[in-house]
Amino acid sequence: MGGRKLQIALYWGAGCGGCDVAVLDTNEFILDVAALADIRLWPIAVDGKYRDVEEMADGELDLTLFNGAVRNSENEHIARLLRRKSRLLVAFGSCAHMGGIPGLANLATKEEIYDRAYLHNPSIEPGNTTVPLAQTSVNGYSLELPRFYQRVFKLDDVVDVDYYLPGCPPAADQVRAVLEVIVSGVLPPKGSVVGAGDRGLCDECTRTKAEKKIKEFRRPWQIMADPEACLLEQGILCAGPATRSGCGARCPTSSIPCRGCYGPMPGVVDQGAKLLSAVTSVIDSKDPDEIDAILAGLPDFTGYAYRFSLPASLLQRSVRS
Amino acid sequence: MNEDRPTVADLPTVADLPTVADDQTAARVDRPARRAPTGAAGSFQPRIVGFLCNWCSYAGADLAGTSRTPYAASVRVIRVMCSARIDPTFVLKALAEGADGVLICGCHPGDCHYSEGNYKTMRRYPLLKRMLADLGIEDARVRLEWVSASEGQRFADLVDDMTQRLRALGPSRIKTALATDHAER
Repeated sequence: MGGRKLQIALYWGAGCGGCDVAVLDTNEFILDVAALADIRLWPIAVDGKYRDVEEMADGELDLTLFNGAVRNSENEHIARLLRRKSRLLVAFGSCAHMGGIPGLANLATKEEIYDRAYLHNPSIEPGNTTVPLAQTSVNGYSLELPRFYQRVFKLDDVVDVDYYLPGCPPAADQVRAVLEVIVSGVLPPKGSVVGAGDRGLCDECTRTKAEKKIKEFRRPWQIMADPEACLLEQGILCAGPATRSGCGARCPTSSIPCRGCYGPMPGVVDQGAKLLSAVTSVIDSKDPDEIDAILAGLPDFTGYAYRFSLPASLLQRSVRS
Repeated sequence: MNEDRPTVADLPTVADLPTVADDQTAARVDRPARRAPTGAAGSFQPRIVGFLCNWCSYAGADLAGTSRTPYAASVRVIRVMCSARIDPTFVLKALAEGADGVLICGCHPGDCHYSEGNYKTMRRYPLLKRMLADLGIEDARVRLEWVSASEGQRFADLVDDMTQRLRALGPSRIKTALATDHAER
């Protein structure tokens, strides 16, 4: 990078801010980043206006870490802007990588979401008809809001992405490792998933695996889980068999089943379909009625299987009309 | 993602599968009484991707063929070694690529060439159907049936029945809906 300081931006689209906190979770390393880099835009932490970014030359930024999905026209506008201004664009965290938690909104339509959020919700004024509009006229002035899209997109649906750093949020040590690689200038092939492993999470999980035979699914709060045995073998739905390693298996180590935030393993397109395949094939029954009864223990399997990856899945959204 | 390993995205798509023109279809149906499911010119001819296990169902479909049992030319058969080989991904992929229906056939319970394979299918299928319902896929589009090697007639009837149901349902909107999403953004 010569003597020039690295020029970086961090941005949040449709996200929760947890990814920004994950950057801060690198602790004192963030001070090294500050010493090595000029942070040109980081809405959650430093002052900066979109206009400042617009005034930059194309490619002036070395790196943008973009977290959050693309839910509205503002998310897309800034994604395109930062893409133009940045040499490297990293989809940071599950939402930018695969759509993430906001992507679960793709199980509903925009109309259903508006109805639930603004029109028929127990906590709003009865009879409310006010919903966000992209254009509103007030006293002769035209006011604009970002347009709410029909569905959620992942970052690479709208712009070219150089690297994907998965996780909800990415593990701090992985964030640090990726930043160090970028600073070193020895870059992995474009399109790589970085800051993660290339095996299954179960491979990284230290719980004892025996033969899996599931007679009953149970929610984590329904049992005192054995601290050593595989959670799935105890009937607790765990996304480990369909999830990429790299997080250090911190959830199952803490008796919390894997939720799949690191996304599918290399070569896998649809994480939900793989989890479905893995989980159901170990059900211990040959009787269709009993199988149905066992599966009733999974009240929202679709939401679990695609918790972070619905917009990146094969069907991407509900196609209900 | 730019992984080196081949992915499902590299598999042939439904569009790559050979299509049978309506007139060819009609020519293969030698009994006029059975012509109805193949459709008059201009009517909607569903495209069904059929995943058939090698040992029972594919042999059953083969029997339908060698017995010259007429049935709707709407199914494109993909032979797999066992119904358990049918990764739910295959079903989603077929639907996303524009298949109007997916038919999964395996050996009857107890008859699996590999002892237990079709039981795995039996366990996956109900949850797959629930997932598809959550994603707005109509019930008639995906179907699991057990077809033995001697059930050529049953296979033919099954394809006819599914074809009729899909014709009543109309073409799948999935592929166009996904393309429209990106255009309308």
